[in-house]
Amino acid sequence: MASVATVTTQPAQRRAPKTGRFSNSVVKKTVMAVSGIIMILYLLAHMVGNLHAFGGAEEFNGYSHWIRTIGEPAVPEQTTLWIIRLVLLASVVLHFWAAISLWRQARRARPVPYVTKKRVQQSFASRTVRWGGVILALFIIWHILDLTFGVVNPAGTGTTPYDRLIASFSNIPITLFYVASMLILGWHIRHGVFAATQTLGQTNKKRERAVNAIAYVVATLLTAGFLLVPLSIAFGLID
Amino acid sequence: MTSTETRTMSLTLNIWRQRDRTKKGKMVTYHVTDVSPDMSFLEMLDVLNEKLILEDDDPIAFDHDCREGICGSCGVMIDGIAHGPEQTATCQLHMRSFKDGDVLDIEPWRSGGFPVVKDLAVDRSAFDRIISAAGFISAPTGTAPDAHATPVPKNDSDAAFDAATCIGCGACVAACPNGSAMLFTAAKVAHLGLMPQGQPERDSRVLKMVAQQDAEDFGGCSNIGECSAVCPKGISMETISRLNHDLLGALRAGAVPSS
Repeated sequence: MASVATVTTQPAQRRAPKTGRFSNSVVKKTVMAVSGIIMILYLLAHMVGNLHAFGGAEEFNGYSHWIRTIGEPAVPEQTTLWIIRLVLLASVVLHFWAAISLWRQARRARPVPYVTKKRVQQSFASRTVRWGGVILALFIIWHILDLTFGVVNPAGTGTTPYDRLIASFSNIPITLFYVASMLILGWHIRHGVFAATQTLGQTNKKRERAVNAIAYVVATLLTAGFLLVPLSIAFGLID
Repeated sequence: MTSTETRTMSLTLNIWRQRDRTKKGKMVTYHVTDVSPDMSFLEMLDVLNEKLILEDDDPIAFDHDCREGICGSCGVMIDGIAHGPEQTATCQLHMRSFKDGDVLDIEPWRSGGFPVVKDLAVDRSAFDRIISAAGFISAPTGTAPDAHATPVPKNDSDAAFDAATCIGCGACVAACPNGSAMLFTAAKVAHLGLMPQGQPERDSRVLKMVAQQDAEDFGGCSNIGECSAVCPKGISMETISRLNHDLLGALRAGAVPSS
């Protein structure tokens, strides 16, 4: 005789939702979107500024000096620079807080993994956005130690910005690490621009193509622009 | 080949077997033969279950009800894709979508919010709790009003109907790498929020429903789009954008996110 299994189901208890504004996942995503947009705007300015390297040592060092003296004599030296730095630091911290918080929520949401799970439509950019972010954070730390402080720069500290720039990108491993990081940045931004637009509630079917096109343009522009100077140095176009 | 002859298929199925909520489950291999390409996927499982019952084995538990693709009861992960290779409910998937000799992994929806009841059946009452958090309107019902009593712009009614086609099957959660129920929540928020009758509670509705989806061990949306790609009703990512828009609007308007 066949045995009939009886399963009694007890409805799970209703879980009380958290009431804080910042425990809301959409609010976390909004923090992520806004901080991301601030960083993209900064990166666009940073990328354009880098192109001063094509003007030679004097122009590049002069640009570097100008950044430190914006607003003088109305405000003391480096005031503007530090305002930019603090806004960026806050953006990085908030971006990370939102990412880690949502990452943990996603881990709780699937305690038992699938034996087989296929990808139906997700892009490479969206799939790599979390680990890409971790790599970019490490890159940023190294990048500041290298070109801002010169601590890990082949030319060392006490050198001019232009010296450090040339020293770094005359070194093949450093250049390769930089190139890899910029490609990751491109993918990160390609997903980020679309995701930010979606999170801020600004996408719809009609705009989808345009939003994706803008995401590709911004990502390509930043990656290509940031690669122009190091590759020119690596291939001896700037020395 | 005459019309009376039918080519049948043999399949190897690796199916998740789990006795109850508390026990650990594992994949068990079964062979099914004489599968007609015209069978639905659930009918194929019925055939396997009849065989298991005759062999005095425990049949495989799976949810199903209307078998017409409109109730949202059925749904399993078939070889890594929610509802299998066609964008439809599992009951509307036919065996002609597979080949003779295929080896398929069949798993339940995997989500912290959907505990496994037994084998392939999961408890989706978390969805009911998201709805009961605020997915309704306070307007009195009664007899059907005249169709032209409350004019609704055509675009709004179309978008509301598109969202209202959600059958709550849970495939969005199952497919999402974050285990997020945002497509479901967004569909339920949108189909009321677009209608005049849904306006009085529009702000509090979106806040309460999102808070409940977060509380039910579902993940957050990271705009990947796997949900929409497997949704049997083709509910678009635009719906989630609309939810985000509504939620930010509600916060700006000073609505308090409480239960």
